[in-house]
Amino acid sequence: MNNFDYQQAASIADGIQLVSTNNKAAFVAGGTNLIDLWKYRLMEPELLVDLNQVKEHHSIEEKEDGSVRLGAFVSNADTAYHPIIEKRYPLLSKAILAGASAQIRNMASNGGNLLQRTRCYYFYDPNVPCNKRTPGSGCSAIDGYNRIHAILGASDNCIAVFPSDMCVALAALDAVVNTSGTDGERSIPFSEFHRLPGDMPEQDNNLRHGEIITSIDLPEKGFSGNYSYLKLRDRHSYAFALVSVATGLELSGDIITDARIALGGLAHKPWRINEAELFLKGKQANAESFAGAAEILLQGAKGFKYNSFKIELAKRAIIRNGLMALHPEQQLPGARPSA
Amino acid sequence: MSDQSSVGKPVSRLEGRLKVTGAAKYAAEYDAPNLLYGYVINSTITKGKITSIDTSAATAVEGVVAVFSHENRPELPWLDIKYADMDAPPGTVFKPLYDNEIKYNGQPIALLVANDFETARYASTLVRFEYEEEFFETCLDNNLEKGRDAKKGIATLLKPPPPAPTGNFEKAFENSAVKHTAEYLHSTEHHNPMELFATTTVYEGNGKLTIFDKTQGTINNQLYVANAFGLSYKNVRVIAPFVGGTFGSGLRPQHQLFLCVMAALELKRNVRVTLDRKQMFTFGHRPQTYQKLRFSTDENGSITAMNHLAIGETSQFEDYAESVVTWSHKLYPAANTLLEYKLAPLDLPSPLDMRAPGGCTAMHAIECMMDELSYKLKMDPLELRLRNYSEIDPSTGKSFTSKELKQCYLKAAERFGWKDRNPEPGSMTRGNKLVGYGMATGIWDAYQFPSRIEAIITKEGKLIINNAVTDIGTGTFTVMTQVAADALGLPLEDVTFNYGDSQKPFSMFQGGSAIAASTASAIIIAARALKKKLLKKAKAISNSPLKAAAEDDVMFKNGTIRLKKDPMSVVSFQEIVASNNGRPVRTVNMGMPHAFKLRKYTKATHSAAFVEVEVDKELKTIAVTRAVSAVAAGKILNPKTARSQITGSMVWGISKALHEETILDEKLGKYINTNLAEYHIPVHADVNELDVIFADEPDELINEAGVKGVGEIGLVAMPAAIANAIFHATGKRINKLPVHFDELL
Repeated sequence: MNNFDYQQAASIADGIQLVSTNNKAAFVAGGTNLIDLWKYRLMEPELLVDLNQVKEHHSIEEKEDGSVRLGAFVSNADTAYHPIIEKRYPLLSKAILAGASAQIRNMASNGGNLLQRTRCYYFYDPNVPCNKRTPGSGCSAIDGYNRIHAILGASDNCIAVFPSDMCVALAALDAVVNTSGTDGERSIPFSEFHRLPGDMPEQDNNLRHGEIITSIDLPEKGFSGNYSYLKLRDRHSYAFALVSVATGLELSGDIITDARIALGGLAHKPWRINEAELFLKGKQANAESFAGAAEILLQGAKGFKYNSFKIELAKRAIIRNGLMALHPEQQLPGARPSA
Repeated sequence: MSDQSSVGKPVSRLEGRLKVTGAAKYAAEYDAPNLLYGYVINSTITKGKITSIDTSAATAVEGVVAVFSHENRPELPWLDIKYADMDAPPGTVFKPLYDNEIKYNGQPIALLVANDFETARYASTLVRFEYEEEFFETCLDNNLEKGRDAKKGIATLLKPPPPAPTGNFEKAFENSAVKHTAEYLHSTEHHNPMELFATTTVYEGNGKLTIFDKTQGTINNQLYVANAFGLSYKNVRVIAPFVGGTFGSGLRPQHQLFLCVMAALELKRNVRVTLDRKQMFTFGHRPQTYQKLRFSTDENGSITAMNHLAIGETSQFEDYAESVVTWSHKLYPAANTLLEYKLAPLDLPSPLDMRAPGGCTAMHAIECMMDELSYKLKMDPLELRLRNYSEIDPSTGKSFTSKELKQCYLKAAERFGWKDRNPEPGSMTRGNKLVGYGMATGIWDAYQFPSRIEAIITKEGKLIINNAVTDIGTGTFTVMTQVAADALGLPLEDVTFNYGDSQKPFSMFQGGSAIAASTASAIIIAARALKKKLLKKAKAISNSPLKAAAEDDVMFKNGTIRLKKDPMSVVSFQEIVASNNGRPVRTVNMGMPHAFKLRKYTKATHSAAFVEVEVDKELKTIAVTRAVSAVAAGKILNPKTARSQITGSMVWGISKALHEETILDEKLGKYINTNLAEYHIPVHADVNELDVIFADEPDELINEAGVKGVGEIGLVAMPAAIANAIFHATGKRINKLPVHFDELL
């Protein structure tokens, strides 16, 4: 780890000022991914600007329009266990608790969760080609060991996946990311926050240098009656998703009146296809309907040598999670498949 | 004595409090004045030569003291024998920083020394290496045809080459009623004990070093350091009182020891070198192994022929071999056997023993093969094992010193509820899950090494036992204190067991599940000699009430010697030492295996594992929901520490079957998932009910203590039992470990 300067930002404006004027500066909140990346020499900031002293954005509040605002500096654990979230957005709570470990969730901030970098093995090894780490150097994963990699939305430059669980639920819930930067404040719909790799895989999202995530808004509709998060992975805790599914349903009897499905572990961003959700509207909440939605969600999926299984696994996971959403009370810890 | 005897009781670890409060000090925690910190720099290419090194940017960093590489290392001996440790396989031992050749990715190529660890680690990134790269081969699967016989050497003593063929395998196999052929492939596994490898070298001056090291053998590393650096043995002291897990990784001195000592001698300073987690993937590992088995039986299920071929990976410079193909014929009688073991040299570091090396690899294949045969025979898998049960060792015709495997089978089957199993694959369900029951057999060696014990009665009448052995977390300290206490009739608190120090009397490294038997037997022998000496001195005291007593007439209890017939006739240890002019009474004795007596016998531990898995009907996710292991390992000295050994290795079995693998990118020639987020071992959520049964297995022959050792046997049967349970649940055989659940889709 290189030597660096450290400053505490007194306010959001102070933080923006410190980082936007120094292209070797970085923010730190929870630090749960940053410190790893630093030790691996993937980031070597010369100035670290600590946002933890900023007074605002440390709470979760219900707003008059029925939405809920998550402060960017609230920890993932405090968010998952917050009474408002548990009651109104249990899908988010379950997704957060399926990620990382208790210790990491205690440290990790909500804003930081959106900014996690991929877990691609090759990205973490500075001695091998990786377009995301070193643009133009090539992709070691496309012809390498790509079991954990993308089957949707990948490019010839990068097949990395975005590792967050929390963000899969935020995508399903149509969250909005509020930011503050040199150009003022922005509200970015969740689906437009993260990017597909295209020919700029080094850029995970549309946040600008020096811009700070201040809060995340959850629209009123939380799908708290019928929801499920399912996470499939190589061990039952502390492993990233090979496939994950966040499902929220609104039902009238056994007819679906509204649906949300977001997929994790399959692409460079949480994967949502509006047509799949429209397809479900008016249909019976059964395996056949979810199978139809799964086909739409996986359209264009392309497997590589070691990850083609994800296509079939994702389809089955979408069906199962749809059925699990009908019995949210039966959900198991760790977002495991229902018993 | 029975009222206070300690052996056989579940005594908690005597050092437990020190460990859980953080008071126990490990190799990287010993302080020394003006300590320097070394950070190892590893090769980023797989094969070739270093053509130049530029250290200018690194040495410009404040606090950097030195960069050692092959260009400026001190003169070192070139004779391989000077670097050979007690566990070195045949071949040319790896000599760190010896020359500019790169033999594998991650090879240590330099040591950067600085005033603190952070500076050392940072500045190490500034050293620039130019390489000339060469073509490399790292993939076993692509190089199976390179398999050849393993070279022989000292290591062959513990790992003999495969026995000669018996009968006529091909003919017998061809003519048998039931036969099966299957291939098995195991991935690489890397050592990741909780404690990272570390050495703190205290430079005492005048050629003297005190070395705090993570090791399984203090004397092994003492000899290695003295030989490699031309120091006198008595001037090199290696200390390892607490060791945070090793599982074979500390059997050989690792490169951080060499580099740390080199820097200390060159700089005449105290130096510490600690590897980081990523660097744990730069040395020994459990080798990738390919196996092909062909077994046949008659129509009644009696095995007629067994062919077991194994091809393991080794480095280009050492022939690391394992006993893989020797096990089937130690378990099952077959008139026709063909057992073949080959090594394929690749551009990788030498593999290294890892818990039950060879045994757990082999038994996965053998016991999955037995399961296949049971289905072809339409016979219960347990029944097939019992049909082929042998009271003697079929490979030699010798008797076992003891073998209670049948008891293991029956007790574990009963506890598990094996009789409720419907043999039809996929027939048992629970909600969304397919339920599978699988079982397998385990077998492992029962070694004993020489061990030398110093036993002392102090003027306070207390017992001190001295031995160089380590306690790698197995409970050696506690268990040996129990053995010594019982041997002298003392309460535990009156016994001090000093260990983990090369200045103490000789012990081999702690491996092969041998130390409980080796050290306990030596303590019993030393205690006998000490008791004889104490009685003699007690009788010599004027007016001694024991004057006329023979050895059989007295008992040792609570620091006294008493007449059995008249317990009021008593002489205390304190009186004996006082009569010895206050000089402690001391004996030093060697415990040796009874090689001559035991040449007529085979020594082995056995086990049976029964496992239940649940496999999701659609998604195929796998969970080991419960497991029962029964173990026959002679006398169990401490059922609590022994149980921990077995449950710990059962977890390892889950790991080997379902999780653990180091992924080798064959194009890059390197391991790529070198951190604990991506190198998966089971977490709590993966481990459910584990039940352990110890078979009653008295063994009067094997050694003074009747002990066989439990460090490895708990692992051996588990991977096959899990794989067989997965087959029973799903009807699918996955013969590549670890099993990925998506392979069941």
